[in-house]
Amino acid sequence: MAEGGGGHSPLEQFEINSLFPAREHGEIGMLDFTNSSLMMVATLVLVSAFLILGMRRGALVPGRMQSLAEISYEFIAGLISDTVGSEGRRYFPIVFTLFMFILFGNLLGMLPYSFTFTSHIIVTFAMAMLVFTGVTILAIVKHRMKFFSFFVPPGTPVAMWPLLVPIEVISYFSRPISLSVRLFANMLAGHTLLKVFAGFIGVMGVFGILPFSMVVALVALETLIAFLQAYVFTILTCLYINDALHLH
Amino acid sequence: MQDDSPPPSLEKLNEGLRAAKAKRRSVKADPGERGKGMAFAMRIGVEIVAALIVGVGIGLLLDHWLGTKPWFLLLFFVLGAAAGFLNVFRVVSGLGGQVGYRKESAPTESDSGREPADGQAPAKGQDKDG
Repeated sequence: MAEGGGGHSPLEQFEINSLFPAREHGEIGMLDFTNSSLMMVATLVLVSAFLILGMRRGALVPGRMQSLAEISYEFIAGLISDTVGSEGRRYFPIVFTLFMFILFGNLLGMLPYSFTFTSHIIVTFAMAMLVFTGVTILAIVKHRMKFFSFFVPPGTPVAMWPLLVPIEVISYFSRPISLSVRLFANMLAGHTLLKVFAGFIGVMGVFGILPFSMVVALVALETLIAFLQAYVFTILTCLYINDALHLH
Repeated sequence: MQDDSPPPSLEKLNEGLRAAKAKRRSVKADPGERGKGMAFAMRIGVEIVAALIVGVGIGLLLDHWLGTKPWFLLLFFVLGAAAGFLNVFRVVSGLGGQVGYRKESAPTESDSGREPADGQAPAKGQDKDG
């Protein structure tokens, strides 16, 4: 955390650095392996290890790791059957992958000295666009031209269409933005706040106990938000898949 | 005559009051419900901003393309705000984040019968052409 109070910016934790030793400080090539990429690979490895090692024995009476793996599986499976129904089962892999990736990325970012890749809008926007384009293609393939009736609320007079259709279209295109901004803003704001309070600890001397207790509380809150945001992203993905399958 | 039926005794009344108070005190916030509520609140805050961003973006693009400097921006700013409020209204009234006014929230099983039709070979071929 920020030592000495001065010098360190609370935003320094979001800097992306190239891990290639040949690069100057702050210089990033197009295909460089950055600290962000490193955390994504670490997340991937951790999720895979969590699930593969957890299910290695496949015991009838699960152990601790197996219980955790099974709980996370059942959580997402339940979420999908609640929001989409039995047809949603074939989209389980993508939903589960998104959930585990975001959740582990958020939680890894809670470790000191690590990097939170979900605090960068380009990462969350890429994931949101993946969901958005996937769901739109799914809806068009399944409903063909009927998909465009999606933008006309049923029962509205034709005279209102010029007003309502643009509103509905904007509403539709705001989905990937709200999906990505929500996750990114929450992680960015939370981690910045954490660093700002941590910066006060050294400066305030004995009274540093006050911001310190605040930081302890904030860490708990941030952990909750890490779960919550992964959950929100997942449930909205499910809702969008449900929309694509059933339209009105 | 009227004096014969005494008013309900104070003790009885007290008992009833105590029972009602105890009932109110026992109502506790369920942590699971609170988590769901927070997830819900997180969703609506961003909806207005997102719709405004899209509206203003479309307006600026159209202006840039057609050279009608402020007009499409103004129009789509208002439309974006309307879409934002519509999104919030939908989230709050339990319609989910979806476009359109779907009445039944429960997914129907009737559509599952139609599903295999998607996997048919001719349908797939058409998709690739188009």
